[in-house]
Amino acid sequence: MIYLDYAATTPLDSRVFDAMLPYFTETFGNPSSTHRYGQKAEAAVETARETIAGILNCRPDEVIFTSCGSESDNLALRGVALAQRKQHGLRRILTARTEHHAVSKTAERLQAEDGFQVEWLAVDEFGRVLPEAVEQALSPDTALVSVMYSNNEVGTVNPIPAIAEVCRRRGVLLHTDAVQAAAYLPVDVQALGVDLLSLGAHKFYGPKGIGALYVRKGTPLQSLLTGGKQEFGLRAGTHNVPLIVGLAEALRLADLEREERTARLKPLRDHIIGAVLEHIPNARLTGHPIERVPNHASFVFKDVDGNLLVNLLDAAGFACSSGSACKTGNPEPSEVLLSLGFPREWALGSLRVTLGLGTTPEDVEAFLSALPGLVQKARDLSGVK
Amino acid sequence: MTKIVVAMSGGVDSSVAAALLKREGYEVIGMMLRLWSEPGKEDSNRCCTPDSMAMARRVAAKLDIPFYAVDAKEIFRNTVVEYFLQGYARGETPNPCLVCNRHIRWEFLFDHALAMGADFMATGHYVRLRREGAKTQLLKGVDATKDQSYVLHVLTQDKLARALFPVGEYAKSEIRALAEQMGLAAARRPDSQDLCFLAGEDYRNFLQRNAPQVNRPGKIVARDGRVLGEHNGLANYTIGQRKGLNLASSIPLYVLEKRAAENVLVVGPAEALGTQELLAVNVNWTSGEAPTGTFRAMVKSRYTARETPGLVTPLDNGNRVSVRFDVPQRDITPGQAAVFYDGDLVLGGGLIVSSR
Repeated sequence: MIYLDYAATTPLDSRVFDAMLPYFTETFGNPSSTHRYGQKAEAAVETARETIAGILNCRPDEVIFTSCGSESDNLALRGVALAQRKQHGLRRILTARTEHHAVSKTAERLQAEDGFQVEWLAVDEFGRVLPEAVEQALSPDTALVSVMYSNNEVGTVNPIPAIAEVCRRRGVLLHTDAVQAAAYLPVDVQALGVDLLSLGAHKFYGPKGIGALYVRKGTPLQSLLTGGKQEFGLRAGTHNVPLIVGLAEALRLADLEREERTARLKPLRDHIIGAVLEHIPNARLTGHPIERVPNHASFVFKDVDGNLLVNLLDAAGFACSSGSACKTGNPEPSEVLLSLGFPREWALGSLRVTLGLGTTPEDVEAFLSALPGLVQKARDLSGVK
Repeated sequence: MTKIVVAMSGGVDSSVAAALLKREGYEVIGMMLRLWSEPGKEDSNRCCTPDSMAMARRVAAKLDIPFYAVDAKEIFRNTVVEYFLQGYARGETPNPCLVCNRHIRWEFLFDHALAMGADFMATGHYVRLRREGAKTQLLKGVDATKDQSYVLHVLTQDKLARALFPVGEYAKSEIRALAEQMGLAAARRPDSQDLCFLAGEDYRNFLQRNAPQVNRPGKIVARDGRVLGEHNGLANYTIGQRKGLNLASSIPLYVLEKRAAENVLVVGPAEALGTQELLAVNVNWTSGEAPTGTFRAMVKSRYTARETPGLVTPLDNGNRVSVRFDVPQRDITPGQAAVFYDGDLVLGGGLIVSSR
């Protein structure tokens, strides 16, 4: 099998695994305990926090550990929205249909059940939110703007610094979901200019079940979990020490090896895009051709059932994903592709190919020689309908 | 290595079929059709509820085989459900499982299996195969009470050549025991009943919602044309039915005939019931070759009917047949299939369009 779905998740880096190991058995203490077991565990958590703060270019007490990227997004949206309403009476949230469900569904819930108003920002044909769109939509009662750093489905990178500039000028808070981006793009929150930023470790060779939220000092934020005073009172629950250590080590390696990883994968990715568009009829790239994360290629094929294509690829030994992928055979076109303006007969046939540390040029060649035939098979089978 | 796609349903039969093939060392892939359900009733479709798909997925994981769901909603709605509604509109009692096996399982899913690189497709049906040179014969399952050859008479040689039915060699009780022994969670799931898309409801409710025009009230008449009463829609009656006619009569009356064109239900006494000859169309000969002359065979004219002897005469190069039973039959029903047997061997069958 050849794994080409690194945007779904990545294998744990063995160096990260080694860094985590002592904290499962030897240094098992609860960081909240006062004894020496607790102190050792606490030291590990705080060291991890400092490492992450160094990479994010922020203060350690601006880093909140959560259970995953989705929790970080939930805490950012719900936590800020509720606090902003309480403190300033603000009720509007600006975000886009292209966001990960962790953001868009949270915004929908806030609208349906908590009386907030969600305004969906316009996106261009590549899925980009442009600063002008934000500028136009901003109003005095905007509580929060949430725009993802890079898109999980189509790979497009948003112009976050320019959007942040607009928000800052108007005095509005900006959150960015950097869960997909952090593996390849710099996450300097000062350069980005954001007030909140979500991370999830398993997208960059860290463990699953751990995430973090950067929260700029002074940002109104209400906790969602009640309980102990962990994480500055913003996230109750005993620290998952080994996973926190793993997150820090994985992010450190991603930052350290960022250029090297990009330099190796981008040409392979570009080769895939070129070959697919050249050799497969009725194929289109989705997302921006240049402003996209370097390991990410995504396509739509007209009149292809994307779910079926992914299954055919799997049977042929290639693990990829589709925006319409559904384990129960009940495919629906992805909202992201529909909001980019793709008609249904294109949007149903989406394919995402994402590369990673384990990808070799031979893997890419094998994939490229198999794909055209499988797209044709999928088309023939849809023709049966 | 020989690659086999198993059509799974989450039930015990297809689960054990997959397990048996895996145990024999084949490369096994599980596939499951996502069939059509009425909007809002997805959870009650007996073949492919989220629950049964989750079960199939668990079985596949336990067997360590890949599992893929195949979307067949549209084609199922357009062929099987449409056929079901049209059948009632023609005054027939349609058997959608026949159409499903022919067009959904053994064309649509079969094509998907081949596209996956499969050499064979297996299902959990209780039938057997015998390969003789280049030909493959279809035989009844070992367990006479579970035999499903009636619905599989639609298989052609090219399908039979690539088909496998691992459970047909066993009794149902043995299959349940095997499932227990192999630790398959499906072992204790009850056997499925009724049509999958009816979601456990009476078919009349389904018709009422989906094709109200095919089931309108009309006259009940005697053979001589006398009007005896009102019926509440032809689809609510089957040939041979006695109960529920609500007619005042000194003798028991039975449904003899459904005249869809006039929306009339014909009834009569028990003596009038029974026809000795039927005409069937779309005949499939499992051997791939139509017999040239009349031959004697055992004939089954309903899934639940007993086989009865008769003379089968191929017409139009075997595309149609007439069957003359040795004795009149009480419930020959247009829309059902007539299937011909020589002992355990399935010779073929077709759809009944008329009887007299």
